[in-house]
Amino acid sequence: MSELPSLHVRVWRGTPEAGDYAAYEVPRYESQTVLDVVSWIQQHLDGALAYRYACRVGMCGSCAMTVNGVPRWTCRTHVGKVAEDGNLEIGPLANFPVIRDLAVDMDPFFEKWVKAGGVFHAGATRDDPVAEIDPAAETRQIADAGIECINCAVCYAACDTVAGNPDYLGPAALNRAWTLLNDAKDTGRAAILEAVTGDGGCHSCHTMGSCAAHCPNGLNPLESIAGLKRAAARSFFGKGS
Amino acid sequence: MIRPHRRHPLWFAFILHRVSGLALALFLPAHFLMLGSVLEGAAALDAGLAWTDNLLAKIAEFGLVFLLAVHLFGGLRLMALEFLPWSPAQKTMAAASVALAVLVSGGFFLQAV
Amino acid sequence: MGEMRLYMAQRLSALVMAPLVLGHVAVMIYAVQGGLSAAEILGRTAGSVGWVLFYGLFALAVAVHAAIGLRTILREWAGLGGLVLNAAALAIFALLLAMGWRAVWAVTFSAGAAAAAAGGGA
Repeated sequence: MSELPSLHVRVWRGTPEAGDYAAYEVPRYESQTVLDVVSWIQQHLDGALAYRYACRVGMCGSCAMTVNGVPRWTCRTHVGKVAEDGNLEIGPLANFPVIRDLAVDMDPFFEKWVKAGGVFHAGATRDDPVAEIDPAAETRQIADAGIECINCAVCYAACDTVAGNPDYLGPAALNRAWTLLNDAKDTGRAAILEAVTGDGGCHSCHTMGSCAAHCPNGLNPLESIAGLKRAAARSFFGKGS
Repeated sequence: MIRPHRRHPLWFAFILHRVSGLALALFLPAHFLMLGSVLEGAAALDAGLAWTDNLLAKIAEFGLVFLLAVHLFGGLRLMALEFLPWSPAQKTMAAASVALAVLVSGGFFLQAV
Repeated sequence: MGEMRLYMAQRLSALVMAPLVLGHVAVMIYAVQGGLSAAEILGRTAGSVGWVLFYGLFALAVAVHAAIGLRTILREWAGLGGLVLNAAALAIFALLLAMGWRAVWAVTFSAGAAAAAAGGGA
């Protein structure tokens, strides 16, 4: 096991005011994930290292970091897949304010999720019968294609438009809006369309596709945003709402 | 150096579209000024044209035609992506835009030299 | 102006320009053979209502398209915003339109163009 050569790991340490990468030597194991590496450093070398994780199995979306320049979910990223000659550089997610070390402030991300109309617009109460949804319906299939988002913010960190335009809602929020727009149970169609066509909405996207290229769940926010643009255009020219 | 998260075909298509658009926009005033020089007589335009009659200028013109063609075909690809039902062949379409632009600007260059 | 209106104007001007660019490139490839001269260019364009309409529309569309495109670049790469950003975009639009239409006029109905065309350039 421990005959494998050890890893040379550089980890971002710092506060919003000042910081730098610190170097650590970490033993290499089979089937080791990047999150394992970060946890090993925190448990054996520096207990003060700040980072965030919860489920460790790719469900909760809280452990995303920048690994060798690419945003990734660290719990399901194998070291063998991303280490370059035994080197790992681990930093906080880009496009977020850093709280400390590898922990970023996710508030702007979730605020934009709400701003994009991402909160379900209920039209029925508990007294109404359960809505019948045909799983084969076209809109349901479209909604299903985007619904497995875990809000890890990898797409948001990968997007250069987010970096250049602080008002841009970003791929995850717009993808969420697109799934709600196609949800037969959601009654907020007009509200969603208004939310995603304002300043920083779907029209700010330049289809550079880094969201789809890096989404760990294989979702395609680029396709969702293109769908929003089409829905907005139809509404703009008065066909349907 | 191109940062690691940008190394994929659609990002290259994006940066090509933006840089070509920027370069064309910066070239336009010079283009308009030269044609506008006819207001001072056709001789003024001939003087301008003589200034561009060398291999370096021809290569620059080839570059401009390439940028125009790649912005056109890249833009058509973009609008197809936005307005037509989603097609998974985005990488192929991005590559085809560049290939068509090479063809058009290459045709221009062969006629120019 | 709202982002959506700018987006629509950007796409509309692009759709208008797509055939015009193809025509422009075709004319360029044809005209550049054997070198360019003022007499040759003006022989084609002088007094032509067709070319005035073609390039007049082209210059209008490109002024709209370039102003919106540069507005985006100024916002994302230069960090401009608010009134400054919109004023800059409007100035770019006005400048490109004025320069473009001036050039179209120069090669079609100006005295210089008429003189060159009368001088036998074709």
